[in-house]
Amino acid sequence: MAEFKKADSMLEWFDQRLGVVNFAKVMMTEYWIPKNINFLWAMGVLLTVLFTFLVVSGIFLLMYYKPDVNMAFDSVNYTIMQEVAYGWLFRHIHAVGASVVFLVIYIHMFTGIYYGSYKKGREMIWVSGMLLFMLFSAEGFSGYMLPWGQMSYWAAYVITEIFGGIPVIGDELVVWIRGNFYVSDSTLTRFFMLHVLLIPLAILGAIVFHFYALRFPHVNNEEGEFFDFDEEAEKYLAGNKKESKVVPFWPVFLSKDFFVLGFFMLFFFYLVFFHYDFAMDPVNFDKADGLKTPAHIYPEWYFLWSYEVLRGFFFEIAGVSGKDLGLMAFGFANAIFLVLPWLDRSPMVKPANQRPYFKYWFWFLMADLIVLTVYGKLPPTGANAWVGFASSMTFLVLFIALPFITKAEAKKVGGK
Amino acid sequence: MDESRRGFIGKAFGAVAAVGGIASLIAMKKTWDPLPSVMSAGFTTVDVSGLEANKLEIAVWRGKPVFILKYSADMKPTDGRSVKIGDHYFSVMIGLCTHLGCIPAYRADQHDFKCACHGGEFTDAGVQKFGPPPRPLDIPPFKLDGVTLVLGEEGPEYKAIMAKAGGA
Amino acid sequence: MKEFKILAVIVALVGITYYGIEPYAHHIMHPEVAPADFSFKTLKNVDTTLAGNVENGKVLVEANCIACHAIDKAGYPAVMPNADAAASYGVVPPDLSSAGRIYDKNYLANFIFDPVTAMHLEGKYTPESGKQFPMPAYNWMSPQEIMDIVAYLQSVTPKVTEGKEANKTTFEAACGRCHNMKYAGIEATTPKDNLKAYMGATPPDLSQYIKSRGEHYLHSFINDPQVLLHGTSMPRVGLTEKAQEEVIAYMEEIGDSKKAERESLGLWVMLYTLVFAILAYLWKRKIWSEVH
Repeated sequence: MAEFKKADSMLEWFDQRLGVVNFAKVMMTEYWIPKNINFLWAMGVLLTVLFTFLVVSGIFLLMYYKPDVNMAFDSVNYTIMQEVAYGWLFRHIHAVGASVVFLVIYIHMFTGIYYGSYKKGREMIWVSGMLLFMLFSAEGFSGYMLPWGQMSYWAAYVITEIFGGIPVIGDELVVWIRGNFYVSDSTLTRFFMLHVLLIPLAILGAIVFHFYALRFPHVNNEEGEFFDFDEEAEKYLAGNKKESKVVPFWPVFLSKDFFVLGFFMLFFFYLVFFHYDFAMDPVNFDKADGLKTPAHIYPEWYFLWSYEVLRGFFFEIAGVSGKDLGLMAFGFANAIFLVLPWLDRSPMVKPANQRPYFKYWFWFLMADLIVLTVYGKLPPTGANAWVGFASSMTFLVLFIALPFITKAEAKKVGGK
Repeated sequence: MDESRRGFIGKAFGAVAAVGGIASLIAMKKTWDPLPSVMSAGFTTVDVSGLEANKLEIAVWRGKPVFILKYSADMKPTDGRSVKIGDHYFSVMIGLCTHLGCIPAYRADQHDFKCACHGGEFTDAGVQKFGPPPRPLDIPPFKLDGVTLVLGEEGPEYKAIMAKAGGA
Repeated sequence: MKEFKILAVIVALVGITYYGIEPYAHHIMHPEVAPADFSFKTLKNVDTTLAGNVENGKVLVEANCIACHAIDKAGYPAVMPNADAAASYGVVPPDLSSAGRIYDKNYLANFIFDPVTAMHLEGKYTPESGKQFPMPAYNWMSPQEIMDIVAYLQSVTPKVTEGKEANKTTFEAACGRCHNMKYAGIEATTPKDNLKAYMGATPPDLSQYIKSRGEHYLHSFINDPQVLLHGTSMPRVGLTEKAQEEVIAYMEEIGDSKKAERESLGLWVMLYTLVFAILAYLWKRKIWSEVH
């Protein structure tokens, strides 16, 4: 056994046994972040806080929710919303939090794309981040089913039906996923399992990995500048805080995060208490009815762009049905972001506004995603259907063209 | 430089954050509280007017069996335990043996209770008379409303019994 | 300054997206309809300026209405149990105790004159359908006689305390024959099977309708269901604006009982968050003043 001398303080006692002093340095006081950052760099901490809100509010909802098709709706809308002390508050925080977390995920994601934080050593951060996006999407989808309202039921029906499009195994796969021929109690309980246990565990693991992947390449900065973190850290520790290009995670970086968090919470709580229809759609306050489809069904806003790509192809092209084209485009759209680091053929790590061609690509993508999102909500009739088709095609073309655009850009910039 | 001011703001900020944390914990504690519907169901009303003498009636109160026994002419009330409702005396007690919680059976011919688990016996007023039970059957809080017995609320008759039991 | 520009860009993009998927999309999915008409001006068959005679009204009501309708508060109890009434007529005929208070005078007079037209159910009770509305039209009565009946009904209506009592009474009288409200422990007085056969579909449980439809929709819908749900079997109920507000208030009491608590706590939480944000900003500024 290692020799343990008598400790002089409680801190030293814990340090002898758990190495807490070093741990605090590595994780906090000597974890170096670039100084030239803006408030967009706070999105990561915002996401951690929102995820914590979701888990804690989820724990209290879990005490009273009943995962049974006959009891789910009332357990939420009577017991939790009207009987349990602060039950309504936990439900509102959970629903609004689930919606707002995607707003912050998108801001976080597009910040990464804008500043080129997905390449030159940061590929694993990007990939684990996209994996988190997919896990959060699955978590959101499974969670939405639980109140067992009309939207819960029909969204579950439509999305599980999609898998029927897969050749050969499609129909059997749909029954296997649902646990029944139609969306029923078995579907509800298995998605309850996914939502409460499996996916949250996977998310926790992915978050740990995402944070770990940040350590070696270091956090990016506003200029995409490369500098020697060890050298800059030395300056800071020597007392040259103003000349150093880095700051410690605690307390400097986190103090900025808390400030951004504070004002963000104003926005968040305003939504929680006074403006929550966008997150708790009125249609879902009708109990699920398998024999009556609502006049308008649509997914939550963060899935709308993807949903529009799915239904953007409404006619046959080259012998392939619109339905199959949509399915393929949908699969492509959801997977393509994962391989972004390899689609960008330019080695430049610079904010988009300093990249001659990429800046157009970026804002074109933003505009296209907004169009897809808005039209994903509108009824797909007449002119809307054609706008949907055009914007879906644009999305596909943008990503197919990216390697060529960035290769040309690299040539142009390298040639200077 | 402004070490002291930074220190002050830092402490103030920390204190405000802590207040938020404590408020959240209080709300979380309240979320665990039994629901209003559970608390209101903590009362059971029994109309004793139709009961037969020397026949045990079992009501349910907060998940527990409550023995309500109307005395026949040859049954004598026990001072400090039997309850007079209208013209008759009744025993009102929780039907769980005070030894280890089994439900004793009423023997109408002997006017007593016998617990099958370990042989304990109680009088018609629930006083232990044989075997392991250490004390008489517990009496639940009750209130009288004419011929209606409300279990769960403390009426004056209940308070009187408790006062006597405390003194003894 | 640069950070404000970045914030402005984000607010703009989010704002445009929000506008498209919320106000704009909802406007497309739920186009505006004509405002509720509480004067029921399309009903013009009876001259409602005539002063009604209450005594004559009582005679007429006893002769024509009591055979099917109870008026409990005036001493006319129900002729038969609800289940039997439903079996005979298809639906339980309403008790008329509250009718004078909750139904608009013009509507009530025109309803007696011709129920199907007043209810806007001409589409359901066509000659081809073979369906007959259980109450006959009293278009053979003179306008004066009809106004006498209306005056009598208004005279027997009991006073109710404003607030919770009025809300519940009006709801039960206006909606309770056909609609359940599970969260209030209310079941429709007409048995389920009769109701389904009579209406064509089971009328929905209203426990959460304040949340799924919202006050704005209900305000228009109750006044004239056909406008928002063409072809529905629900009759135009004929409630006065006040009675309709009582119904909606009751739906809110049962369906969104925590509203007051939510709004008051919300203000406190936002105040707290503001204090938190300001202190966080001051602390950040102090810390960063050492590194800039």
